Amino acid sequence: MNHNKYNIWSGIFFGIGLVAFFDEAVFHQLLHWHHFYDKATLSVGLISDGLFHAFSWFSTVAGLFMLADMRKRKIWKKKKWVGGIFVGAGVFQLYDGTIQHKLMKIHQIRYNVEIFYYDLSWNVIAVILIIIGVILLRKSSSTGELNASSS
Amino acid sequence: MHHHHEPVHWFGTIFGSIVFLLLIAIYIVGVMISNKKYSQWPLYRIVLWSLGIICIAISLVGPIAEKAHNSFQSHMMTHLLLGMLGPLLLVFSAPITLLLRCLKVQHARIVSRILKSKYVEIVSHPIIATVLNMGGLWVLYVTPLYNAMHSSILLYSLIHFHVFLAGYVFTASMISFDPSPHRYSFIYRSIVLVLAMASHSILSKWIYANPPQGIDKFDAEMGGIIMYYGGDFIDLIIVIVLCAQYFRRTQMGIRKKELSEKSF
Repeated sequence: MNHNKYNIWSGIFFGIGLVAFFDEAVFHQLLHWHHFYDKATLSVGLISDGLFHAFSWFSTVAGLFMLADMRKRKIWKKKKWVGGIFVGAGVFQLYDGTIQHKLMKIHQIRYNVEIFYYDLSWNVIAVILIIIGVILLRKSSSTGELNASSS
Repeated sequence: MHHHHEPVHWFGTIFGSIVFLLLIAIYIVGVMISNKKYSQWPLYRIVLWSLGIICIAISLVGPIAEKAHNSFQSHMMTHLLLGMLGPLLLVFSAPITLLLRCLKVQHARIVSRILKSKYVEIVSHPIIATVLNMGGLWVLYVTPLYNAMHSSILLYSLIHFHVFLAGYVFTASMISFDPSPHRYSFIYRSIVLVLAMASHSILSKWIYANPPQGIDKFDAEMGGIIMYYGGDFIDLIIVIVLCAQYFRRTQMGIRKKELSEKSF
């Protein structure tokens, strides 16, 4: 894998893990908005939830080990890595907010409220995260080209 | 369901405790034998072995094990100790390496022949080990087996033995500090580990929603949550060790490559 791709994937892995951890810590544990189990959950939702839950732990750890590896080998590109984080976090947030919450009904963002506004903000934030990530990645490659041409 | 057989119960506790103390003693004797012939065996491994044996002891004898007969939450804690944390600590203490160091050459050869055998190759295959480990749990909690376990000493012993052994083989198939002739690639093991973790969290939510036969709703819900978060914590350690072993190896490979390039 080339160094750019390695940086981006490390960021994406860590981003997925970060947003999943945030979801667990804030919405499940601190706010108690999310429920551990929702009786409306479809079986496929239970499976999707389990797979992403497991993968998010793995990708947090793997993403950080990749970061340590890149720093040791002095190939860490901060902008590419951070861009990857935003993309990973945004994509997972969007998947969670649309397919998992709405289609598979694993749980709702909050109960006994007008859920539409919560869903809307959730997914808008997800899209904003993705856009920031894409901008960072494009910027980092254009500066990379400049550096390459100036040297 | 719980019967008070005080004398039997005391006998079991004392007998069990002696067996577990012996297991710790045997390991320490092994270390003493090994230290005479080889470099010093690390002290932390003795500590890890002892802690692992204590985890297993707590889950089988004494007050928490007694409570687990009636309370599903207690049962779940003993399950985490017997099937996950205990095996993990024992894997860390590299018991097979120690055994090989203590044996005479011809006996060590027999052990390594067993390790290389088709049987060990099959059961320690990451996918087979996962199916033995997770499949066993699904059968235990989804079928009436859990309820039946508490009325038969034979079933109880077999199931607990299986939970421990399957937990050990599973952990060792993912991360091992012992010689393992049949080692699969990092990516292969990672994918199987993620699937196993997913299966564990799905089962714990399943238990939360569908109490096993004979368990009341609240007890099942709490048990499911304990299984979910307890499993996460122990699996996380396995993930970290798996990644650490892999990245250390690749970095050593890169360093060797750089050194060899410099020497030209």
